[in-house]
Amino acid sequence: MDLFLDTFFNWQIVQEAWPILWQGLKATLLLSALVVPLGLLGGIILAVLTTFPSPWVKWPLRVWVDTFRALPPLVLLVFIFAGLPFVGVDVGPWGAVAIGFFLNTGAYYGEILRAGIESVPRGQLEAARSTGLTRGQTMTYVVLPQAVRNVLPDLISNTLEVVKLTSIASVVALPELLFEARQAQSVTYNATPIMAAAVAYFILLWPVVRLLSRLENRQLAGRG
Amino acid sequence: MSTTTGRAPIVEARDIHKHFGHLHVLKGVDLRVVEKELVFLIGPSGSGKSTLLRCLNRLEEPSSGSVTVDGIDMLDPKTDINKARQRIGMVFQSFNLYPHMTALGNVMLALRKVLGLGRAEAEAKAQAALDRVHLADRADHYPLQLSGGQQQRVAIARAIALEPRVMLFDEPTSALDPELVGGVLAVMRELREDGMTMVVVSHEMGFAKAAADRVVFMADGMIVESGLPAEIFADPKHERTRAFISQIERH
Repeated sequence: MDLFLDTFFNWQIVQEAWPILWQGLKATLLLSALVVPLGLLGGIILAVLTTFPSPWVKWPLRVWVDTFRALPPLVLLVFIFAGLPFVGVDVGPWGAVAIGFFLNTGAYYGEILRAGIESVPRGQLEAARSTGLTRGQTMTYVVLPQAVRNVLPDLISNTLEVVKLTSIASVVALPELLFEARQAQSVTYNATPIMAAAVAYFILLWPVVRLLSRLENRQLAGRG
Repeated sequence: MSTTTGRAPIVEARDIHKHFGHLHVLKGVDLRVVEKELVFLIGPSGSGKSTLLRCLNRLEEPSSGSVTVDGIDMLDPKTDINKARQRIGMVFQSFNLYPHMTALGNVMLALRKVLGLGRAEAEAKAQAALDRVHLADRADHYPLQLSGGQQQRVAIARAIALEPRVMLFDEPTSALDPELVGGVLAVMRELREDGMTMVVVSHEMGFAKAAADRVVFMADGMIVESGLPAEIFADPKHERTRAFISQIERH
């Protein structure tokens, strides 16, 4: 029991490792604040493009979305970080993470938002266009607000996944929470920093999980 | 047709054809509506009357033919369709109010974004439009908090706030409970008294008899006959019209 507590819940180690863990936590928050909006932006672009009926838009888009949903994000990230420099494209760890998440999470957000847009009745679009609103204005003021509301639980759920997924940035030596925890672990020769990182993730994300449950329950109740 | 001569046409549709895949839903239809006229389009379902109406503001793209509204060629690729649509109000069977906006917000959106009015001016105009449909006191209600009849009146306010030259009504009372129909028809009658040009697709025969200048009967994508309400209802020339009218009046 002592061994267990010493290895995973060593308060002294927490105190020693705290500064470096704090740096990592801040980097994770910054990273999330970077990749979530980037992914959403990519998703909105993809979702709006899917409303164009032309096959010249539709099929390339299908291939794009399928590719980046099928490709493991870790593989994509390593390819951008370690593969592209061979052809002279070196974007560094932050650049690789930004591009990789834009492509990967953009595809997921895009599919969610597409479902949202499709859930808005056609009459909404016709009513808006009949008053002289342009296609873009109709999308911005009438369709997207309803689309987002209709798929809000899915958007939040995906955002949760994205924040958790930022831990793969540790692979390209971006000093986020997991990376710093592993640094601290090797310095202190103790697993407590990993446990501390896990607790930090939990504290960060648990409120979001609760919020999501409430939204999902409310949506279920709303349908009843 | 003495009531319609000598006045400028607001809507002029000529030889409209519309195909949906293999379906030929409009087979060369002509429609001319003059200023301040109220034209009623009737006919069995599938006769193409709603499609014709939707061709007038190009929500539906005619396969061939020409549509001119208030002097603007609606099918000319050079025409700014969004600008042209400001002059054509439309009211739908299913209301189609924006559920995430209040009644006032619904009316204000196009005033702000299409006409480019400032907030205060748009709000004043929207409030005035709601007043015209007798819903000034419901301005801050969301569509779900309103009855179907009230929603349809807000939809009318949304259209008339833009001061259109013509209003198109696509079965405006078909989705309403019977006791809510009267309020919507009353608003339409007031619009007519104010001199609005209107094209109405509807089965409200009582309203057609009382308020329409002209009734157009359509079947199978063609206009079968057209005339004064009294002529069409009391003395239809064609067997199709007679059969349709007797069927409707049995209800």
